[in-house]
Amino acid sequence: MSRKVDQVNQERRRFIGVAAGAVAGTAGGAGAVVVALSGVAEAAPRTEPVSDRHRWGMLIDTARCADGCSACVDACDQENGLNLQAEPLGDDEAKWQNQRATWIRKVKLQDNATGVITNLPLLCQHCEHPPCVNVCPTGASFKRADGIVMVDRHICIGCRYCIMACPYKARSFIHEQVEQKLTRAPRGKGCVESCNLCVHRLDEGDATTACAEACAAEGHHAIVFGDLNDPSGPLRQALAAQPNRMIREDLQLNTGVRYAGL
Amino acid sequence: MTEFQPKPRARVAATLAALLSLAGLGLAAVAQATGVGDFVVAGSPAAKLDHCVEPTEYMRRYHYELIRHQRDTTVYGGIRSTKHSLEGCVECHVGYDADRKPIAVNAKHQFCNACHSYAAVTLNCFDCHATVPEGEAWNQVTAADRDKLLPGVHPQGQATGVAGVPAPSAAAVAPEGREQ
Repeated sequence: MSRKVDQVNQERRRFIGVAAGAVAGTAGGAGAVVVALSGVAEAAPRTEPVSDRHRWGMLIDTARCADGCSACVDACDQENGLNLQAEPLGDDEAKWQNQRATWIRKVKLQDNATGVITNLPLLCQHCEHPPCVNVCPTGASFKRADGIVMVDRHICIGCRYCIMACPYKARSFIHEQVEQKLTRAPRGKGCVESCNLCVHRLDEGDATTACAEACAAEGHHAIVFGDLNDPSGPLRQALAAQPNRMIREDLQLNTGVRYAGL
Repeated sequence: MTEFQPKPRARVAATLAALLSLAGLGLAAVAQATGVGDFVVAGSPAAKLDHCVEPTEYMRRYHYELIRHQRDTTVYGGIRSTKHSLEGCVECHVGYDADRKPIAVNAKHQFCNACHSYAAVTLNCFDCHATVPEGEAWNQVTAADRDKLLPGVHPQGQATGVAGVPAPSAAAVAPEGREQ
């Protein structure tokens, strides 16, 4: 996990990217004009496998995250079918709240010395070096080429080792049979799950997440979603504009989700 | 994997023809596959097509291979809209009841169940996957609304160049926006 080595690799990658872009610019002029003209069809489903050209991430500005607002959590629930979960009959309410699948948790912090209160949504941090992937005995927990940490539910055996390993308490286990399922977000009993940065949207060519969208719709704009590898993209610009940090940066996981105002 | 032999073609054609004529007379209130060999549920979009995404015989024998291959392509490669997706199976083969409500594709006498119960091959696709077309992924209809909420985030609205290169022409920009 030597940071210096990573940094060198990044530089090299960037250089190659620039070189490739320049070559494409000189060689493929005529074809590219056609592509540019058909701007309407930009959001096409992908046909090539994802690559490390992009690394998806987020900046969450805690100063803008409103107390008592749960727009991002609700949007996430709706997008991924978590609102379709039903409490098992006769189950204790507190137990249910503890066990139901949650991809985003609203966390409220108070500094006891000063009384300052900070609100933030805590979700899968999409680490570059994810502990959940390290510990998975079947390889179900994996990091996609574009930096999204996901669970392959086809081979997840539900051992929950990853839940133990995650420093952010980001993962949930599905305890009950799932009766109502959404086509875009398959989920079923016996598997672990967590935020996947609305991967179905990204694959369709839409670079937003439900939470970022909902936050913007509420007028808070606390969540900026984007590509960490794109220096001129909205995320990198937002990251450059104000100080920000990772939660538990001492673990050197190089998270994809960053927080400002912490 | 257990193999099973579909009944001869003549039987297939006969049952299908019988079912279609029933449906035509308006006697069949709820579309269903009446038995083995009657693979396609009347009233489903698939019933209007000549054959599946591959030749029928191939699909009968190897559909699970296609689905299993596609699942890995989708989960690891992010390639979703291809012709071998399970989403496509469900969308095309789902039957509808008298109220035009979709019936779960793995329900009794429906497309998946009709053969699988006969062949005694348990399928667990639908422990997780939706059995009726519901809640498909994002589509282009809502694209304009989303762009209003988060201007610049949508790849369409952003002219991005590669590091250090001030986006000289459309050449560098267009593929960037397209490829995720």
